[in-house]
Amino acid sequence: MLKVENINVYYGKIHAIRDVSFYVKEGEVVALIGANGAGKSTTLKTISGLLHSKTGSITFLNEDISKIEPYKLVGRGLAHVPEGRRIFLQMTVRENLEMGAYTKCENIEKDIENIYARFPRLRERENQIAGTLSGGEQQMLAIGRALMSHPKLLILDEPSMGLAPILVGQIFDIIKELHKAGTTILLVEQNAEMALAVADRAYVFESGNIVLSGTGKELSESDAIKKAYLGGS
Amino acid sequence: MNFLSNLISGLSLGSIYALIALGYTMVYGIAKMLNFAHGDIIMVGAFATIVFINNLGLPMIVGVLLSVVVCVVVGVLVERIAYKPLRSSPPLSVLITAIGVSYFLQSLAQVIFGTNQKNFPKFIEITPVHINELTIKGESIVTMTVTFSLMVALSLFISKTKIGKAMRAVSEDKQAAELMGISVNKTITITFAIGSALASVAGSFYGLTYGFIGPYSGSMPGIKAFVAAVFGGIGSIPGAMLGGILLGIIENLAKAYVSTELSDAIVFGVLIVVLLVKPTGLLGKKTNEKV
Repeated sequence: MLKVENINVYYGKIHAIRDVSFYVKEGEVVALIGANGAGKSTTLKTISGLLHSKTGSITFLNEDISKIEPYKLVGRGLAHVPEGRRIFLQMTVRENLEMGAYTKCENIEKDIENIYARFPRLRERENQIAGTLSGGEQQMLAIGRALMSHPKLLILDEPSMGLAPILVGQIFDIIKELHKAGTTILLVEQNAEMALAVADRAYVFESGNIVLSGTGKELSESDAIKKAYLGGS
Repeated sequence: MNFLSNLISGLSLGSIYALIALGYTMVYGIAKMLNFAHGDIIMVGAFATIVFINNLGLPMIVGVLLSVVVCVVVGVLVERIAYKPLRSSPPLSVLITAIGVSYFLQSLAQVIFGTNQKNFPKFIEITPVHINELTIKGESIVTMTVTFSLMVALSLFISKTKIGKAMRAVSEDKQAAELMGISVNKTITITFAIGSALASVAGSFYGLTYGFIGPYSGSMPGIKAFVAAVFGGIGSIPGAMLGGILLGIIENLAKAYVSTELSDAIVFGVLIVVLLVKPTGLLGKKTNEKV
């Protein structure tokens, strides 16, 4: 479904992503793990067009999307929940969901109902300004907002960041549910243990390179990973 | 009674400032730039109205509406040609460019219309309304009716429509808006179009209020409207309305009771005092409500 080939991304002179290639198949949950600054979020931003690669290609549903403006990707079935949630804090919960459905004209009410059924807290806070929500609620809103566009591929950037452990569990439950429902998910996480537990496959980033890849199970049992990211022996 | 009639003509003038201030504040909220050529759009609108009504003999409403079209085209072209290529440039470059556009429009008007002021058509003739001893000029009534209706319409547009909501989303977080499928460039174009349309209407009523228009006629109301936008809290739509109206009232009362020469100094003096006390303006918040 998604194929990233040999991308190289620079921030000015800094070479942030070096020859990264990976793929995501339909129905899979793929996790990108690695330390802070390893290039995971940069990779996601490049996929959704906010950053550009000097080389290589990004193919989504058999079309090269590396030159397409970011706002056109939603219509093609790609939704990106950015790092730090980035919900519209001055707008109401409902308005945020409406923005998620910006490219659609039909069934918006029904879709909002579906999101509320999945996240009942959001219904309670429907007319509240999103800035008044708690961190966990904001993350649910960010995910709900992305689901409004019925994405074929959902990109989640650090969904557990800054959340209390119990909320992290909830967010991962949501990811499992979405996976079961057939959504393809590309996930970036610092919480490698949780990420590997839900992922079909994962890629390990280190200073802008992919250094390791495998199924979630393989990686969570690998000694190198245990030492580096899982804090275990 | 005299005070009341001064207050009403101040309200009328202030509602014109408010229309212009809305353009400043919306463009600032969404494109994060100060469009100092905005004042000259007023002049363009007023000259277009003169041409359509005096030279081509079109009916009043048609003339005013056509000048709105002219201003929208000019405003959008200015954005496309002068500002869009500078989207990722430092704010100072954009600011200097805006000042350049302002001079360009003024010079262009001089080339086309000459340096002299032209009479503005009295396109509305309504007999004054008398309530006891209070007299309200017909122009004031029409000006206020039109400007206040436009402000209500704009507020509804921003809060209720899909495009209005997208404008708010862009003003808050461009990248996130883009990830929702909102084209930031199109939204900025729409913002310039709306701002220019309001400026054109303001230009027609400004001409009606003062009776003539020259190539530099846009700069003073432009600066005052900018002051009004800052006064109300730049980026805030209700702030621009409030700031514009207060500014008009202060200016008119200062003219009536202090001195005509000093009225502008008083207006700007009030701005300085307000900004000393409340640096974000009357309705501005720290982490700003923009658009």
